[in-house]
Amino acid sequence: MNTEEGAARDLATHLHPDDAGDRSGAALLHVERLNVAVGPVRRARPLVRDVSFDVHRGQALGIVGESGSGKSLTARAVVGLLPAGLHASGSVTFDGHQLIDAERRTWRALRGSRVSLLLQDPFTMLNPLQTAGAHLAESLPRGGHHSRSRQRDEIARRLGEVGLAAEVAEQYPFQLSGGMRQRVALAVALARDPELLIADEPTTALDVTTQAEVLELLQSIRRSRGMSLILITHDLRVAFSVCDRVQVMYAGSVLEQSPTAALAADPAHPYSLGLLLADPPVTHYVAELTAIPGSVPQADTVADTCAFAARCSWAQPECAAARPPLAPVGPNRTSACLRLGEIHPELRAALSHLDQPAAPPPALTVGDPIAAITELRKTFHTSRLAGRARRTTALDGVSLQIGEGESVGLVGETGSGKTTIARALLGLITPDAGRIDLAGIDISNYRRLDRRQRRQARRIVQAVFQDPYTSLNPALSIGTTLREVLDLRGDVTDSRHETADLLGLVGLPASYAQRRPVALSGGERQRVAIARAIALRPRLLICDEPVAALDVSAQAQVLELLRDIHRRYNTSMLFITHDLSVVRQMADRIIVLYHGQVVETGDTATVLDSPNHPYTRRLINAIPSAQAPSGHAPDRSEP
Amino acid sequence: MAIVLFLLKRLVGMVVILIIVSFLVFSLLALSPGSVVATLLGTQPSTPQVVAAIKAQYHLNDPFLVQYWHWLTSAVHGDLGRSIQSGEAVTSVIASHLPVTLELAAYTLVLVVVVGIPVGMAAGIGRGRLFDRSVSGATIVGMGAPGFALGILLIYVFGVGLGWFPVYGAGSSQAIDRVYHLTLPAVALATGLVALIVRQTRAAVMDVMEQDYITFARTRGVGRARVMLGYALRNTALPVVTAAGLLLIVAISGTVLVETVFSLPGAGQLMVQAIEAKNVPVVQGLAFFVAVLVVAVNLLVDAAALMIDPRTRAGVRG
Repeated sequence: MNTEEGAARDLATHLHPDDAGDRSGAALLHVERLNVAVGPVRRARPLVRDVSFDVHRGQALGIVGESGSGKSLTARAVVGLLPAGLHASGSVTFDGHQLIDAERRTWRALRGSRVSLLLQDPFTMLNPLQTAGAHLAESLPRGGHHSRSRQRDEIARRLGEVGLAAEVAEQYPFQLSGGMRQRVALAVALARDPELLIADEPTTALDVTTQAEVLELLQSIRRSRGMSLILITHDLRVAFSVCDRVQVMYAGSVLEQSPTAALAADPAHPYSLGLLLADPPVTHYVAELTAIPGSVPQADTVADTCAFAARCSWAQPECAAARPPLAPVGPNRTSACLRLGEIHPELRAALSHLDQPAAPPPALTVGDPIAAITELRKTFHTSRLAGRARRTTALDGVSLQIGEGESVGLVGETGSGKTTIARALLGLITPDAGRIDLAGIDISNYRRLDRRQRRQARRIVQAVFQDPYTSLNPALSIGTTLREVLDLRGDVTDSRHETADLLGLVGLPASYAQRRPVALSGGERQRVAIARAIALRPRLLICDEPVAALDVSAQAQVLELLRDIHRRYNTSMLFITHDLSVVRQMADRIIVLYHGQVVETGDTATVLDSPNHPYTRRLINAIPSAQAPSGHAPDRSEP
Repeated sequence: MAIVLFLLKRLVGMVVILIIVSFLVFSLLALSPGSVVATLLGTQPSTPQVVAAIKAQYHLNDPFLVQYWHWLTSAVHGDLGRSIQSGEAVTSVIASHLPVTLELAAYTLVLVVVVGIPVGMAAGIGRGRLFDRSVSGATIVGMGAPGFALGILLIYVFGVGLGWFPVYGAGSSQAIDRVYHLTLPAVALATGLVALIVRQTRAAVMDVMEQDYITFARTRGVGRARVMLGYALRNTALPVVTAAGLLLIVAISGTVLVETVFSLPGAGQLMVQAIEAKNVPVVQGLAFFVAVLVVAVNLLVDAAALMIDPRTRAGVRG
């Protein structure tokens, strides 16, 4: 098992030789000391500092970093579309054209036809009032008055290139699934056959399987067209699976630039190592998920120091004395670590640690079922303007059990019914048929419970939701939010003290009680949400994609915290996620859900290592870099 | 097909609303102070014959609901009773006053759309620039100025002082003369509404301009005109049309004061006179017409939304 990750890295080395692409002559894109700042020129606050890189023809560069690293701003600066109030300086040359403060005429000649940008969110990137065909029609090369039928053929051909049927041209964005929209957007971005495509987190908003398909598509189109690509992502695995080179950014600065395989096998900066370590492996269980402590600082607060020094375990006083420049550390490699010479062996040792699988913790004594679901069915009706309502079957006879003290992973893609199960357990929806037992109470129909039973049921089960930005009331301080729940518990005499205890439990200082959610980072908010959920001392904690909205380092912190709670209080957990590496680290047992039915169930190692059901296999194969990209799979056409 | 069905459904809904409104309007008679007979008598001498005639005409000896039924059936046939003041049929009284009001409202709406929407778009696109800041300042003044006070100011400056525009009356029925006469009232009425629509449009445009689809369109070299018209304007249209529909309704009710200031013989002025004279049948008729207008405008707004946004056509939210 442990060799698989290593093997994947070797494979990556093999697939992406360091100097892939045509490197003869000057680079297609040459970025030199690019700076992006906000505010009036005199008192401008830097957001991106001294970023330099080259992209050659046919090459794929990955820009990797957590939110706040400046990677998206770098991309926007390259295409000259920074948000209002931000301005770029330095030099960006595309095939000899200077792009910083370029005139509109220069841009008109470049945008679309030579450089194109693909954005993150397929749900907002297309004009909602225009069909897919209209998007393509307006983007196809101008001049040469095509006849209508010629244009229609061309649109069909373009849609075919991204694996979509010609009929999609007639459809509006809202009639398409996320993956299909992203394909349409890709076809539209490529309509004028650009030489360079910048893709800003193009797969982050998609399901794993769709994500893999879109990445493969991107890769095959890049190869067949000989196009250059800049792929911006927070997910190292995604960058590794597509890119020849990777550039690691942090707080607006570049910390490391390296050929992909070299970075994956031998990071030359403690932050790169931190990112690698924080990413939980899907192939095996690790005893402790290593998080980078703290969170990303603002670029201007680390102007005269190594940006990462405050969170680096190898930091010395000299690191904070001045900003270390990028220095060459190998063939085609640079690193901004001052102490790399001394600490490189330690970095290597730390990485090899990740490849050692730990024995999964001894299964906690699993008691009687705390929750048992039998033959649960639920159909949703969407009312339409006129005519018959549309029916969507969310749950089609699902049965499952969660034992006392057990951690169960519920896996499946969007629309598989995962969240419906969570909502049924929480009494937020009433199932059409079937039975839900919660610690001996029949909660199949919450409305039929009396007040005391309902209180009891709500005490037993609590939930942590995906988006910590919307699950906390922004008007209430953290302390008030927690006290509100503690008061419900009834046995709390000193709620101030208890609040501090709760915050301590989730690793936050007691002083946070005075703050409001807006002053907290995403990871910190999610910890508050967890504190709120465990305040009632529930016996079952439902975690619905609790780390999907978080950066890798915050993700590791939150997962480690949840593991700790699980062990310490023997709390049962229902862990809902589409991320198999998360489920590997968190669950004793896995239930795979597909179209509202349980298709496979078993203990974590068995299901992930030798999956039975084709759908489970597809999920596992979809994980980037666990497998090399090959041909391309058709999209599940599901509007 | 679905659209036709939807509009039919809405039409049925409209009819239901109008029936409810008609009942309330009819109840006005019973609710007005004094006895119903005294109200309907108005200034006529109260002889037993006249009282008997009125009782027979209005079916006053029948139960309330039967009276309502009689009133409703004749209303459907275009008979809303007779004006107490002039004895004319209420429908013809209203018909003679309504055109001026509708013309004024339409003129106002044209001003609001032609001035307000482009200015709002320009301000929203050039957010934070001098133009935007001046416009935003001006809208606050515009919203703060009451129409009738502004009307008096306009009369003083452009009518009395500069002599550019007539200060009262609706002029002859010739189109040019009518426009000439209605300009000052329309400006008085439109100012506050323009300010509102400017703010609405500005907010909507600012929101739209920050959407990913605008950025995406620009990065792939879609022309500026196409981005502005096909993307910014169309996506702004939905909230703006909704607002414009509401404003048209506000404009119709706003005519009451403005017509009085400019002595326009419109429905607004008729309403004021009828209320002063306790001329209940005319008030009833006017209230009913306004209700019909409000419901019709709402239907138009819904139909426009269906045309603008394909998502509403499919009945899918979000």
